[in-house]
Amino acid sequence: MAETAVQLTKVSKLFGRFAALREVSAEFAPGRLYAVFGENGAGKSTLLRVMAGLTHPTAGTVTLLGASDLRAVTAQLGYMAHAPLLYDELSGLENLLYFAGLYGAAEPARCARAMDEVGLDPGLERPAGQYSQGMRQRLSLARALLHDPKLLLLDEPFSNVDVTSARAMARLLGARRDRGLTIFLVTHQVAHAEGIADESLWLAAGRLASRAPGTQAARLGGGAA
Amino acid sequence: MSLLSVTRSSLAKDLRLEWRSKDALNAMLFFALLVVVIFSFSFEPSAEESRRIAGGLVWVAFLFAAVVALNQTWARELRNQVLDAYRVSPAPADALFLSKVLGNFLFVAVLELLMTPLFIVFFDLRALGATWQLLPVALFGTWALVVNGTFFAAVSLRTRSREIMLPLLLFPISVPALIAMVRATTLILTGEDSAFLPLVFLAVYDIVFTTVCLLLFETVLHAE
Repeated sequence: MAETAVQLTKVSKLFGRFAALREVSAEFAPGRLYAVFGENGAGKSTLLRVMAGLTHPTAGTVTLLGASDLRAVTAQLGYMAHAPLLYDELSGLENLLYFAGLYGAAEPARCARAMDEVGLDPGLERPAGQYSQGMRQRLSLARALLHDPKLLLLDEPFSNVDVTSARAMARLLGARRDRGLTIFLVTHQVAHAEGIADESLWLAAGRLASRAPGTQAARLGGGAA
Repeated sequence: MSLLSVTRSSLAKDLRLEWRSKDALNAMLFFALLVVVIFSFSFEPSAEESRRIAGGLVWVAFLFAAVVALNQTWARELRNQVLDAYRVSPAPADALFLSKVLGNFLFVAVLELLMTPLFIVFFDLRALGATWQLLPVALFGTWALVVNGTFFAAVSLRTRSREIMLPLLLFPISVPALIAMVRATTLILTGEDSAFLPLVFLAVYDIVFTTVCLLLFETVLHAE
């Protein structure tokens, strides 16, 4: 395993004249869960998209799992966006089977297990478009975990999820972290990250304003660097 | 994950989505049906005139109807930002493109199969040349439309008015192929000459544009 799971070197991202990220530099060790906090528009989602290779940084470099060519490590990357990234017309299992096929892992038993892990019934035949928002979030998490990635990027996984399900999801993430998965968890819900976050980051106006153990960065905000 | 397996699973997924929603097929069929009916009311050609103009009418109708399906192709990948899930996966970009082209080819082929008998009835068509040659014209012509159409639909994906952008990009580049399709169809219907040359042109056009689109698609897919 690489000594550094993620290395960001002076990463900036401009959208026109708006700087979503400003010279963010940091190193992150593998097998840890990093909670990313910040106010709306602070650059959290952009940071995840840059790390996922979906958005190219305007300046700076991103190294994931020892590779600066992010296309080379996509098989080891799991990504859950704010949108569910699911086909509304397909059932949960059909969705997972399709996405597993993109990773060469289209085994029904594996997909059923992934649904089971997030508390969804694999036998549920109704299309994902008819799922509740919380169920879609859980299915989306199952999709991101399906291929046993080494690095997991999660953008607001707990939004619209009921408290019990959110706790179950948090426990699952903690268990995966204990098995060596590196997780970046963007959330506004500090309570769900407590107990599982090894470290936390606070982003403010595109800058990495603070970094602290546990979820302390959420309390420190931009007040401590 | 090989090119073949991802192409197959993406195609199967697209066919399943279309079977459940019928977005593209219904829209294409109604559009083409309207065109046939309006054309048949607008012109009252003799059998001889029909053979001369039918090639143009048929292919223009199919081209416009195909645009409806082509716009749908990528629209369903934008809902819930599903395309991002593909972009972060290690699956080859070519597989996505090929599956979309094959899916659109099937949709437009179904449309042609359903609409051709109507054209024959409404325009009283009977080919005087080698009728079997209409098959390669349909295959090569349809491929020419959908390969460029799928590519340019992807190019216009992130533009604000992509329904307008697609025809603006697609029609000019399809003109050479359209001329060859119409010419070949007219030659076969009138029996005036062999359709060999326009057919060869269409085959070369297909090879060139399929190659170019495949080479450029990865850049288009990962563009912001």
